[in-house]
Parts: sequence; C-alpha cells; structure tokens
Amino acid sequence: MPTVSMTVNGKAVSAEVEARTLLVQFLRDKLSLTGTHVGCDTSQCGACVVHVDGKSVKSCTMLAAQAEGAKVATIEGLANGTEMHPMQAAFKEHHGLQCGFCTPGMVMSALDLVKHNPSPSEHDVREWLEGNICRCTGYHNIVKAITAGAAAMRR
Amino acid sequence: MHDFHYHRASSLADALKALAAAKDGRLLAGGMTLLPTVKQRLASPSDLVDLAGLTELRGIRAENGGLGVGAMTTHAEVAHSPDVRKTIPVLAALAESIGDPQVRNRGTIGGSIANNDPAADYPAAVLGLDATVVTNKRKIKADDFFKGLFETALGEDEIVTAVHFPRPEKAAYVKFPSPASRYALVGVLVAKTAGGVRVAVTGAGACVFRVKEMEEALAKSFTADAVKGIKIPSKGLNSDLHGGADYRAHLISVLAGRAVTACG
Amino acid sequence: MADTGIGASVRRKEDFRFLTGRGTYTDDINRPNQAHAYFLRSPHAHAKIKSIDVAAAKKAPGVVSILTGADIVADKVGSLICGWVVKDKQGNPHKAPAHPPLAKDTVRYVGDHVAVVIAETLPQARDAAELIKVDYQVLPAVVDPARALDPGAAQVHAEAPKNLCYDWEIGDKAATEAAFKSAHHVTKLDLINNRLIPNAMEPRAAIGEYDPAYESYTCYSTSQNPHVLRLILCAFVLGVPEHKMRVVAPDVGGGFGSKIYCYAEETVCTWAARKVGRPVKWTAERGESFLSDAHGRDHVTHAELAMDKDGKFLGLKVDTIANMGSYLSTFATCVPTYLYATLLAGQYTTPAIYCEVKAVFTTTAPVDAYRGAGRPEAAYLIERLVETAARELKIDPAELRRRNFIKPHQFPYQTPVALQYDSGNYERTLDEALKLIDYKGFPARKAESAKRGKLRGIGLSAYVEACGIAPSAVVGSLGAGVGLWESGHIRFDPTGSVRIFTGSHSHGQGHETTNAQIVSDLLGVPIDKIEVVHGDTDRVPFGMGTYGSRSAAVGGSAIFKAADKIIAKGKKIAAHLLEAAEQDIEHAHGVFKVKGTDKQKTIGEIAFAAYVPHNYPAGLEPGLDETAFYDPANFTYPAGVHIGEVEIDRDTGVVTVVNWAAVDDFGTVINPMVVEGQVHGGIAQGIGQALLENAVYDKETGQLLTGSFMDYCMPRADDLPSFKIGMTHTPCPHNPLGVKGCGEAGAIAAPPALMNAVTDALGVRHMEMPASPARVWQVLQKTAKAAE
Repeated sequence: MPTVSMTVNGKAVSAEVEARTLLVQFLRDKLSLTGTHVGCDTSQCGACVVHVDGKSVKSCTMLAAQAEGAKVATIEGLANGTEMHPMQAAFKEHHGLQCGFCTPGMVMSALDLVKHNPSPSEHDVREWLEGNICRCTGYHNIVKAITAGAAAMRR
Repeated sequence: MHDFHYHRASSLADALKALAAAKDGRLLAGGMTLLPTVKQRLASPSDLVDLAGLTELRGIRAENGGLGVGAMTTHAEVAHSPDVRKTIPVLAALAESIGDPQVRNRGTIGGSIANNDPAADYPAAVLGLDATVVTNKRKIKADDFFKGLFETALGEDEIVTAVHFPRPEKAAYVKFPSPASRYALVGVLVAKTAGGVRVAVTGAGACVFRVKEMEEALAKSFTADAVKGIKIPSKGLNSDLHGGADYRAHLISVLAGRAVTACG
Repeated sequence: MADTGIGASVRRKEDFRFLTGRGTYTDDINRPNQAHAYFLRSPHAHAKIKSIDVAAAKKAPGVVSILTGADIVADKVGSLICGWVVKDKQGNPHKAPAHPPLAKDTVRYVGDHVAVVIAETLPQARDAAELIKVDYQVLPAVVDPARALDPGAAQVHAEAPKNLCYDWEIGDKAATEAAFKSAHHVTKLDLINNRLIPNAMEPRAAIGEYDPAYESYTCYSTSQNPHVLRLILCAFVLGVPEHKMRVVAPDVGGGFGSKIYCYAEETVCTWAARKVGRPVKWTAERGESFLSDAHGRDHVTHAELAMDKDGKFLGLKVDTIANMGSYLSTFATCVPTYLYATLLAGQYTTPAIYCEVKAVFTTTAPVDAYRGAGRPEAAYLIERLVETAARELKIDPAELRRRNFIKPHQFPYQTPVALQYDSGNYERTLDEALKLIDYKGFPARKAESAKRGKLRGIGLSAYVEACGIAPSAVVGSLGAGVGLWESGHIRFDPTGSVRIFTGSHSHGQGHETTNAQIVSDLLGVPIDKIEVVHGDTDRVPFGMGTYGSRSAAVGGSAIFKAADKIIAKGKKIAAHLLEAAEQDIEHAHGVFKVKGTDKQKTIGEIAFAAYVPHNYPAGLEPGLDETAFYDPANFTYPAGVHIGEVEIDRDTGVVTVVNWAAVDDFGTVINPMVVEGQVHGGIAQGIGQALLENAVYDKETGQLLTGSFMDYCMPRADDLPSFKIGMTHTPCPHNPLGVKGCGEAGAIAAPPALMNAVTDALGVRHMEMPASPARVWQVLQKTAKAAE
C-alpha cells in the first residue's frame, strides 16, 4: 500500500493507505479527526469541507494521495484550547448551528469566503454557501453568523 | 470504489507512459467528475494518472491578444485572474458560475472539456469564444473538438495541455442552473468575435452546440429582440425531472436574449 | 436567574463541542475488533427472489460472514413492527404484512434488504457484495397511491387485497352531508401532498455489539428515541430481555422523524454481532438514505368546503389516499389518521367534518412521520381550500379566516374531529403577522414588481398543530402500542452540581441548554453547573424520545415535576436546618426561606446536607435525587399565521421568495433564540416542499429517480430569504411550564402560505407542489394560451 504524508493542523502525519482512500477517510479513520463529516456521496453537501493549502475543498472528493505534501487544516485546528476562533464564536453567538453535523464544513467554507471577501453581504454569503447544505437552520442564522464572524475577523 | 493504482505524473511523457501501461487508465485532473463517478462504482479504472504535478499545465498567459489557459488551471484561478477579468471578462464570470467554491478550487478547465459533460459550462465558453484546444499532439478548433455526449476529438493518448481563447469584442454567458444539481439546465454564451457572432448552448442537448439562426440574426442586429423571437425546436433536446425539452428550448431563447443584453 | 432561566436566549451549551469538531456521532465511534457491514439491496421495485448464491462472495478477501433472509428465518428473528393499530370502518385492525429485516422470498422496493456482507473493512464488504448472485423474477411495480387500488394494479402483499391497508373514517358523515345541502357555496379542490425524503444531514448509522460475559447487547444507533428502539428490538424483533440490551443514541445529526423508527439495519447489525462474535458497524451512504429512510407525506386528496352566504364554514368533506409504501414503518398508520384527520378543523369553527382515509401499499420505500407528520397535510388542504374559497367569494383571505376563527372565549374548544383545543388567540397572531409583512402595503409592492415585469403574489396560512401527543390512556384507546409520557430525573451532587436525565433526545433542538434553563430557573443552579444527559438507555430512565414537538411540553414538564419533588424535600431539610416548621418554609429559585425572616438556606447547602446528613431530619432519606414521569392531560395546540410573498419571473418560471412573516403562539418560550431557530428550520423545510423537493419514482420500473442531491432538490442558502419572526404567548393551561412545542410549526405552515402566494401571483386556482420553474412555466404557458 502506498504511503501518504502531509501536514494536518500543523502536524506532520504519514500513513499507509489504499490508493482509493479519500482524504476524508484518511482524516477520520487514520488520524481520528472525526470533526470532518460525510453527508453525501455526490460532492454536494459540504459537511466534509477542509482546507488544502489554504483553499476550501471537499475532502470526500479528493484522494488522500492527492494531498501528498499538502498543508491540510480541519475544524479541529481552529480553536486555541477553549478559546474559539471568531468564526466559531459567531456561530455560537448567533445560533448558527442545531444538530452540528454540517457545522464544521460550514465554518471551514465560511473562512475561505472571508479570505476572498472580508466584508461579505447577506447575498454574498448565500451565494457562497451553494456547496454547503444544512437541513436544520434554514440558513437564516448561519448567514447572520458568517457576516458577524467576518466582522469580528476584521477587528 | 474499487481500488486502483495511483500515479503522480512528473511530466507529460511520464503521464503518457503510465496511461499506456495501464489496463484501463484514466487521467486525473481536478477529479470533480471522475472521483464521484469512481466512488459510485459507475467507472472502475485500473489506474489513475494524476496530472497535478505538471506545473507546465498550469497558469494563464497572454497570447496573440487573447489568453492561453493551462489545462490544469482551476476554475477559481480563472475566475480570480486579473488578466482574465481584464481581457475576457466573460470567461472569469463563467468560471465563477461553475459548481460551488470548493469545486472551483479543484476543478480544471482541461478536465472539464475533456469530460464534455452535456451540462458543463466550459464547453460553452470554448465553443462560443471560438477557442482552440491545444493537446500534446495538435491544435483543435472548438468547432471540431466537441463530438457528442461525453465525447470529444481527443485520441486515447492525447492530453489537453491548454486552451487558447481569442479576445471577443463583447460576450456574455447566462446560465439557468438545474434546481437540484446546479449544473446548467441551459447555459447560453453569446459572443461578438472577429469571425462573427457566435451563440453556444450547453445543458440543452447531448453536447454543446451553436445556434446558427441566432448567430445570423444577431449579425444583422445585435439586440436582444433579434433572438427573443427565435423559437428553437425542442426535438432532440434533453428532458429530465427538472425541465422538459420544450422548456429547455424556450430557455435558450430567453437566455440568449439576456446574454445579448448583458453584452451591453 | 433571568439571564439563564426560562425566557432567556441562553447560548447553547452543546455548541462548543460541535463547533470544534468534537461531537460524537455514531459513525465517529469505533469499537475494538469491529467488522463492517454492507447491505446488498434490491435493484428492483418488486421481484421474487428465486435464489441467492453467496459462494463466490464468501471467498472474497476480508469477508467475515454473509447473512440472508434464510438466516433470519433460521434464527427466528421477528418482523419489524408497526406500533400503532388503526381500526378500519368495520372495526378491523389494519393489514399488517410481515416486514423481515432481510427479505425472505420477495423484495418490495428498490433498496429493500437482500443480504448483509460483513467484512474486515467496508470496501471489502462492498467488493464482496458485488459477487453475490441473486436470481430475481421481476414483478410489476406500483408507485402511485392513486393507482394502487385500481383493479389490475400490482399486488404488494397477499395479506392486503387490492393493496388496501385500511379504510378509515372520522367525523359525522350525516351531519356533514346535511351541512353541504344547506350550503350557499361549495369550494372543491383536488390536491397532492408531494412525497418527501427527510435527508437529515447525518446519514443513519449503527453499531451492534454483543458481550458474551454478560449475555448482553449494545446497539449504537442514530435514534431519536433509544428506549422505544430498545423495546421494539427486544420485545418484538430479537427476543432479548430488555435488561440485556443497551441502546445508545449519541450525538445525532438531525432526525425530522426519519430516525424514530426501528430499521432493518440496526436490527441486523445487533443480531449479527452475536453471530460473528464481533461488533458490526454500518453507516449509510447518502444513496442508501434516499432509498431506505422512511419517506414522508404522499397523499392524494379530494376536499370540499361548504359555506353560507357570508363565508361562514358549514362543513368539510375530505377523501384521502395515503401511501404507506411497501411495508409499515414503526408509526406509519397513525400519521394519515390520528395525526392528520383530527386536525381538519384547523383554526376554524367548522361544525361538521367528515374524512375518509384509505391507506395503501405500493412498491416504494416505507412512508412514516416526517416533520409535522399528518399535520402539514391537514394544514395544506385546509389553507388551500380557505384561500380558494376566499377568492371565489371575493372576500379578503385574511377577513374570511377572521370570520371563521375560534374566538378566545371559546377555549377549551371541542372540534368535531375528536380534539379539544386547550388555548389560543388566533386573531392576535393574524393581526401581528399582517403587521409584520405590511399586508396593507402589498398592492404597492405588487405594482412595483409589475413595473419590473415580475408577477408578485401573497399567501396566508393559519395553522394549528397538536403537539406532545397524549395522554397515554387516550392514545392507547386509539391504537398506540406505547405510552406517551416522559421521564425526567434531577440528580444533585454533594457539592451542588446537577445532572438532568431526560428520556427525550436532542438531535439539534438544543435540549442540553433548554432543559438546563428549566432547572437553573426553578432551582437557582448556575447553568454551567448543570449537565443534561440523554440518549443512553443504561443511564437515563425509560423515556419515549423526541418527535411531534413533545420534548419541552412533555419532557420539560417531567423535569419540572422532578424539580417540584426536589423542592418538597428541600423544604423538609431547610426546615430542620433553620429550626422552623416545614409549612413556614418558602422557596424561590433555589433559596429556602423562613417566611417573614431573613433566615435562609440555598439549594447548594441543602444538597450538601442531604449527602452529608449529620444534622438532618429524622426519618428522611438522605440524598437529593428525584425522578418524575409526566403524562399530560391533553395535547398542546400551538398555532400561528405565516404569510409568504413571492415574485415570479414570467420568462423562466422562477419563483423567488421575497418576504416571509411568521407569527407563532407556542405558549411560554424557554429559549427564544432556540425557538426562532426551530421556526427558521421548519419554514425552510416547508418552502422546500412547496418549491423544490419531490421524491419521484418511475411509474413503470419503480426506480427512485430522485436518489441523490443531484436530482432531489434540497433547499440551499440562496433559495431562501431571511425570515421575519414574531411570537404571541397564550400559555398552555394544562402543563406546568405553559409550553406548547415549536419544532414542526414552520414545516406545517409554510407550504400552504407559499402555494397560496404562488397561485395568487399566477392568477390560477391551483397548481401542485413543488412549484418548480418548469412547472410554473407550464402554468404560465397554459394561462397565456387561455387568454388568447
């Protein structure tokens, strides 16, 4: 079996995996980073969004082998101990999550949006979230949380 | 998915070698279509040859007044490129409308056109802007490249290396996304080019196609009114849960009109 | 207490773990030495299984075991049951065909369970499944409920001739016929309540485990009601004593009803774990969720409303065919009967109602409760009828509703379809909603839209729902196989921290916070010293779980009752410590005071004394730990008015929701932030049903055509607006908290409001859901032709 090596949340990791192993399976099964979720098999729901070399990607539609040598960031790497990242804090403050399953992908996707667009409007946020499906919140509070999180990150 | 051999090609020659040696090899670009297909066991290639390491296939260059876009350039790179936005803004806008942000961060122009999904956006740009597809072997005019449903002029040992887009005088792309998948139910690109007006339609048929009647009408009068009234026959157009052939035919006229308006 | 008590928008306690990726969902759990299960599913809607050859598959790498229906028979594994017996017009129980966890000789829907492959890894299990050879004799399919009763339709079960599960009725037929005879005007509608697929974002998953040392099973499952699952697994399916089965429902990623039921997969994993001597894990792929999660709705209805010359409702006649799918899911039978037809009075004083329901089998996935469960179907038909009647009588739709509302002084109000509404003020919610949407300003907005070439429409929906279904004796008399009470247990620690154990289950509703608020408020405990425990049958007293917006009204009330017991005991302890008579002790928010003095003890001091009883009332048990079981006296009746406003693009048929106002009366609200979140989510699912979602089976082959997010249209962020939310508060008079329940409101209210707006904009009488662009365009084509 081929060995893949990458940096995940700042830590160098390496494991033997079948070539068909997806990045999300590598994170969940090999590294026990179960914050990244799988909600569909057609690359649409976005529960699996992580950052690879600073860009948001769907880790269910990428082979672990394709992330060879890459810097991967997952939801587990955001908070500093008990101090949440401003985007995480905004989701809590504005009740931007209910069951929590889509949440890691939402937060990781939101952070990529803010990178491109530090002051997104409600419209911008709704458009950006095309690749993230939530069944609980009706998006109302997710949109509020992301605009507030972006504002907090500007400060 | 079934297991396969994974190769990370170090050069075009290396990629071709790996492909030739494989029983049933496939090239892996962004993987946005191929991986879901393999995951669902709708395809079971013996080998995947990853082109991500070929830096020569990446990037956007000014070429003869137009742009050369490397095959492995992602949709996001095209969408955000200042050169594209300045020289061929319609191309940046079209790239920005593909899939979702995560798909745009991985998906590539080469992968998209080589796959030639009937509902993909890039084929409309390539055909509508009269682009030239550059491969390891030759240059193929857009009109000769897209052959049918998931079918192109590419040979088995042929790899798309770049696409050359001439600069249009004006152009716009209007897409009507299918409500569920967000792929183009119909997408229409209208361009005024050096070689005349071109109208390319994706999503509606088995493969991207041009609408000569609209092109002729627009050549006479480049106004929305000139195309709005042109009724496209629905025969042979796609039909699914989200829109019948008659609806798609109707949308072609509507979107063509809107694209002409958007051209300014 | 105001900042963490009842009525405060306390930020959720559970959020930190979800936001930092540290939730524990079933698929996040891995047991030592676990094997992986993959289910081979039927590719046919209906077929006889002539033979299954597993020889080649058994030899595949990593395979541990392959089990089929023959093993189910050999091990005498029972049938998956339906826990609600509905009696037909003649008083006979519904037809209840067997539902084996793995098909015995016939498959009845695409996705039906044919075999399970258990292997070292999931890919190996899946690889091996491809080597199983099944010889099918394909039989005809029937998917449309309206066609299931036709002569010549494919027969799904021999036990159910003509595919009829039951033919049921409610209401006074003669009185209703008489009302129609005297009517000045009758409005009639044929409508379809479209089939939906719940799609909680977390796919279902299960791990079965068997410990031979204790002869005991553990089943980890994505369940909304772990005790009910345990009861069914033990008593009906696997024949295991309940004390030898633990069901754990850890963090669950949304349910919306679809995770109430006892499914084949957790049954098989639990059964197989003992057979193979290893934990067996299964996680659904989304494609499997589409095929095999219980679907929702799927009604075909004809309805008629009789009115006098002033638009006063005289009678309502309803005839419904409800699709049960291929087998009866756990509570399928009660959805189109007791959760549907009993709500047909809506908010109105309609004196005579008669409803007939035929439930039918088809070769489709089982259909059961999905967010709202019966009540959305009732609200949709009532509110579409009322709106249509208003248009026909040329009375403003708000005014027609107002004329027919049950008035505040009429509560408690006995409807002609069994229910007795407890409280409400329907005009007030209507007035608030009209204000919130600026109803008076609509004509100006419509004119402005028209200037931009757009069609604008507005639509109302005044719904009532019945939540917290109860009391047990009544639901038992109607056929329920379970009680519908709830348990609450409050356990103080010696140092004053508290754990609350609830039989309800949180899968997004925020119970870990709202239940803590109840105790924080009543007993004055800081909220960060309270932990809510749920979802584990070994930790929590028997409870009925979470569905039907019952958790606050029933579960919260049980916690309230347990707090009462804590207070009663606390008074005894305080009296002793303060050297006062027990009747002189007054309690508020955790402070026990001798009346008229400043002598007091806090709940912390009381808890310490209870566990370190050195100075303690003689004869009183030590400890501060109380359990209550609460069986409500009645359902609760939340109600509200939602108003939607849409704009339609004539050229493309695209409907855009441009404005949405929701005013709901949920009685007392524990956490407004959480409640608003529930309303938002419900509206999104309701708009989803009306505008986007539709489960479609091919009529010939019975294949599910909407089997992935590529084809089944889920609401996305850019499909929806932000919502305007208002609330009124008429407390529930019969539970101690005054709460009514809020989880389903939006899903009930939104579809009729939206379709009323769409038909208003289009100027048509009716169109079926979902109002997708292509369908709206077709309607526009037709109206354009008619105008020519």
